[in-house]
Amino acid sequence: MSEVLELAESVLSGSSSTGTDLDAALWRALEETGLARLTLAEAAGGSGASFADAAEVLQATGAHAARVPLVETDLLAGWLLHSHGIAVPDGPLTAVAADGDTLTRVAWAREVAGIVVLTPSEVLLLTVDGLEITAGANLAEEPRDTVTRPEVVAARADLAPGAAAEFRLRAALGRAQLLAGAARGALARTVRYAGERVQFGRPIGKFQAVQQQLALAASEVAASGAAASAAAATADRDGFGAPSTAFAVAAAKARTGEAAGEVARIAHQVHGAIGFTREHDLRLLTTRLWAWRDEDGSDAQWQAELGATVLAAGAEALWPLVTGTP
Amino acid sequence: MTSTLSRLPALVPPPTELPPRAAALRAEVRAFLAEERAAGAWSPRADVWLSGWDERFTRELGRRGWLGMTIPVEYGGHGLGALDRYVVTEELLAAGAPVAAHWVADRQIGPTLMRFGTEEQRRRYLPRIAAGECYFGIGMSEPDAGSDLAAVRTKAVQVDGGWELTGTKVWTSGAHHAHAFFALARSAPKDDANRHAGLSQFIVDLDSPGVQIRPIPLLTGAHHFNEVVFDRVFIPDAQVLGELGGGWAQVTGELAFERSGPERFLSTFPLLTALLGELTGVSGTEREVGRIVSRLWTLRRMSLAVAGSLESGEAPELAAAVVKDLGTRFENEIVDAARTLVAIPPDPGAESGFARLLADAVLHAPGFTLRGGTNEVLRGIVARGMGLR
Repeated sequence: MSEVLELAESVLSGSSSTGTDLDAALWRALEETGLARLTLAEAAGGSGASFADAAEVLQATGAHAARVPLVETDLLAGWLLHSHGIAVPDGPLTAVAADGDTLTRVAWAREVAGIVVLTPSEVLLLTVDGLEITAGANLAEEPRDTVTRPEVVAARADLAPGAAAEFRLRAALGRAQLLAGAARGALARTVRYAGERVQFGRPIGKFQAVQQQLALAASEVAASGAAASAAAATADRDGFGAPSTAFAVAAAKARTGEAAGEVARIAHQVHGAIGFTREHDLRLLTTRLWAWRDEDGSDAQWQAELGATVLAAGAEALWPLVTGTP
Repeated sequence: MTSTLSRLPALVPPPTELPPRAAALRAEVRAFLAEERAAGAWSPRADVWLSGWDERFTRELGRRGWLGMTIPVEYGGHGLGALDRYVVTEELLAAGAPVAAHWVADRQIGPTLMRFGTEEQRRRYLPRIAAGECYFGIGMSEPDAGSDLAAVRTKAVQVDGGWELTGTKVWTSGAHHAHAFFALARSAPKDDANRHAGLSQFIVDLDSPGVQIRPIPLLTGAHHFNEVVFDRVFIPDAQVLGELGGGWAQVTGELAFERSGPERFLSTFPLLTALLGELTGVSGTEREVGRIVSRLWTLRRMSLAVAGSLESGEAPELAAAVVKDLGTRFENEIVDAARTLVAIPPDPGAESGFARLLADAVLHAPGFTLRGGTNEVLRGIVARGMGLR
């Protein structure tokens, strides 16, 4: 286990996933350990870590179903502000790409210290005083709020070239890590349950039919983790402006989204009726799998984008694209 | 949330990046393949590592230093790493080049001789394998021992100066062209308490007296498989491979190599390339193409991660089983996509092109999820790895 993952695990093991508000104690611990702003430049109060490191932390965050806006604060809002010369405020942050006065489905809006808005021409920082926020939620009951833009903004800057495209890729890359983690968490719980639940005089995990299903789920979890981690490694190596990174992120979000449904399906099938009730914690992972696969571009959307890229490049370019070597 | 994560084994190693020198090697291989194709030396085929037997091509690869790449220089090899070999292998497979003649020798025999072979055995075979002049088969399966390999009944009886082999091996690819093969045989009586004990590996020269080779045609009618019958075939002591009685450990120790390579998801890749050619101007296929490509990209990254892990001396058997299960199902997914996205029926009589690739892929597909361990057996390995068995 890498050092950063060990640190993340030690912090996250104290987290609680039930509830719909931000886990304030966990957030404080993430702030204190430098994990809350892991990839943000040191000059902006971050740790200056790689996306590979962030991938490990975010996958662990997903596996614990932790209630913190890590992707939003570090990968999106922090980066947008710092790269546009705006000082990054303390506390949890969120970011949204929007055109118009009403911002919809803003992640964690009611819980954060600042909202960064990426408009077609500007980056804006909204502080939360005087904002009109209407609570909304995703399938996992995480805040996805509607916000009315105020007259006065705390800071603004002209949008840098390429920033909108990078924002989209960063959001999908971060979401892919969370998905991979939640899939792993769901599998871990399900394997444990199959070892404990006895029917027909044996733990159900002893039945071949159940073992085959769990192995199928394991292969999806493996694919999910491999895709998310490889996309992070590609972003580290080539940067977000490179076609190879755009390709890798699209493939990773498509693959993790596809795996999410399969892993959730098998997790519920093995858990039986108890997992289908609100009193059981399985839902904390499976509802996140269902919610996150459709956020920041669904698998269908990223598949279509990837397919369009491949078809435009032509048959002979397929293998060079897949290997990232023109 | 209380964590059970630590109790799940690592299902896939961390990502592997290829060394910087890989780019030049890859460019060289691509240029060579383009030349060959321009000259009409061969046309891309599906499942080339089973069906593409071309000794001229194999010798040419040997001449260029692309066989026995990981074998030390003193044995005629090139002393390179698993990742160098990976680059060459994936380029050959993606192009649908005829790699069957050297496939088994290059993938399994070379590394196994380096691991378990005697000095004499290494000197006898390795230089010719690296030159592309010596071809091998693998003699594991028998009529009554398939997935349950420990049930092999081929018997090795000790005689003066060596052993006598009697029994039957089946599904032996390329035995009718090969010079030799590794035979797994029972050298000590079966012990029901330990079914894996008493098995040994022997290097059998296929022109030995008492060896009979009979064709077993595939669904296509093509002759790649064989039945190999031994009738008291004499094997000198010098041709015992590794430890007497250690056959099981030797055979299963190689599985991570055998199960995780690019051949476990690229068997039908030439069909996918041909399919894209047919989709020019066809609308509404982006999503399905993207789905296939995202799965392909992921599999390649998984397979590379295992290769990197093997390079650093680990044996990620669980990850290899996962790659092979996902990969061989993916090979079938390409066939389904080809059938559903365009309306061109398979044509086994076509010389080349989409219809021929589709015909071969459909008829070869059952083998993908069988060879080298069925997907059900692989999932059993994964279940055991997760502590369920």
